[in-house]
Amino acid sequence: MKESLLTLGKDALNSLRDLTPIVSVIVLFQVFVFRTPVSELLPLAYGGMLVIVGLTFFIFGLRVALFPVGEGLAQSLARKGSAFWLVAFAFALGFGTTIAEPALMAVTGEAAKVAAADAVIESSREAMDNYALLLRLTVALSVGTALVLGILRILFDWSLPLIIIGGYTLVAIVTLFAPKDIVGIAYDSGGVTTSTVTVPLVTALGVGLASAMKGRNPMTDGFGLIAFASLTPILFVLVFGVISQWN
Amino acid sequence: MELIAAALTFIGETATDVLPIAVFLFAFQRLVIGRPMPHRGQIALGFLFVVLGLGLFLVGLERSLFPLGRLMAEQLTNPGFLQEATGKAGDLTWQDYYWVYLFASATGFSTAMAEPALVAVAIKANAVSGGAISVWGLRVAVAIGVGVGVSLGCYRIISGVPLHYFIVGCYLIVILQTALAPKIIVPLAFDSGGVTTSTVTVPLITALGLGLAEAVPGRSPLLDGFGLVASAALFPIISVLAYGQLAEFVGRRNTSTSGRSAS
Repeated sequence: MKESLLTLGKDALNSLRDLTPIVSVIVLFQVFVFRTPVSELLPLAYGGMLVIVGLTFFIFGLRVALFPVGEGLAQSLARKGSAFWLVAFAFALGFGTTIAEPALMAVTGEAAKVAAADAVIESSREAMDNYALLLRLTVALSVGTALVLGILRILFDWSLPLIIIGGYTLVAIVTLFAPKDIVGIAYDSGGVTTSTVTVPLVTALGVGLASAMKGRNPMTDGFGLIAFASLTPILFVLVFGVISQWN
Repeated sequence: MELIAAALTFIGETATDVLPIAVFLFAFQRLVIGRPMPHRGQIALGFLFVVLGLGLFLVGLERSLFPLGRLMAEQLTNPGFLQEATGKAGDLTWQDYYWVYLFASATGFSTAMAEPALVAVAIKANAVSGGAISVWGLRVAVAIGVGVGVSLGCYRIISGVPLHYFIVGCYLIVILQTALAPKIIVPLAFDSGGVTTSTVTVPLITALGLGLAEAVPGRSPLLDGFGLVASAALFPIISVLAYGQLAEFVGRRNTSTSGRSAS
């Protein structure tokens, strides 16, 4: 218990430290460039406190529950060596962690608001929630697929640069056919997925598998999974745009 | 009171998001590994904190990071402020928005310098390369990449260049650099792109981009407002590859001069 509290305190300090630079830039601009009165900034500071507390709890919870269990599972599966269960686990891991990604929730929510304002979808609460959820499911599906591809690549030793370059060529081609209003959201979702929840678990899986297999390098193969996870969301969201255009 | 109600709604919503992961982990442990879950109490506590934290974070996001990003975009593009800064009225060109670029690069640079994931990667890279890649060198290279990426992304929104031309152009540079750069830096460079876009930075710069696209005449939030996250993730790849090329170039010149003086 005492140990947990210590970790919690450390996480709080870390969140505070991570936020310091961005807060200082904003405060400097507000005070010296715009000369905004401090009283107008106070409600925002209050919300900022919630961000710090929320992030601290979230990361603490991940460290206590999700990471040890996920890493243990990834290692046992890698040792077990059953390709089917590895692939199933990789897909479920990618899908599950992406659905719970806070940055993705933020971006899809904004995307739905903007799409409603531009009359791409109806501007009812229900249509917006629906659109945001569909986007999140698309991205989650794509990260699941990326991890499956990454696992297969480690198992069969496919070339990473070839797949990456091929993937981005495909992205460039699909972009030509996709509706203009989805392109920005699609490209952004690639950067959003590789953050707090996904990276540690995915790295554990890749490194675990690569160290369990002969002739594989844990450094380079653990990395390949993340590169895939930032490529496939772009492609899938573009395709989502193409398909929703037909309806 | 109203804040507590908002927080409870968000916590309820996040619980339904996190529940499938918990069920899936327990099921896998039981059915595939065939052993009961160790430390059950601790894990239940952890999941409780995940749900609570996510709920609070989302409320805070809605009340601070999003409004703040929009407020900054609004203030930076306010006609009165721009007139005071540039001394002209009406007809603005992209150069007149220099405070936007300054804010964007300061935000990008400072968040990347403080990113803990980046510090960890840099220390590992330093060890693996036997000191050829310095911790500070890599961190500064990534931070410059993010700073340039965010401010060029803002320039793109203000000038209205279509995003895919911009991105495809950058990837052509990346492919060319990949062919020329020393092999050791390549995986590291691709990794640094994903590392820098953290949970706090993403909502803030998303709101900044959307706010800019709303404020600049002739731009649409949906068509032009997104894409800042993409360019913040892309430019570190270019800057780290460039750092690798530079380090190799300097290293080669040093060895050739020392070789000459020895002979």
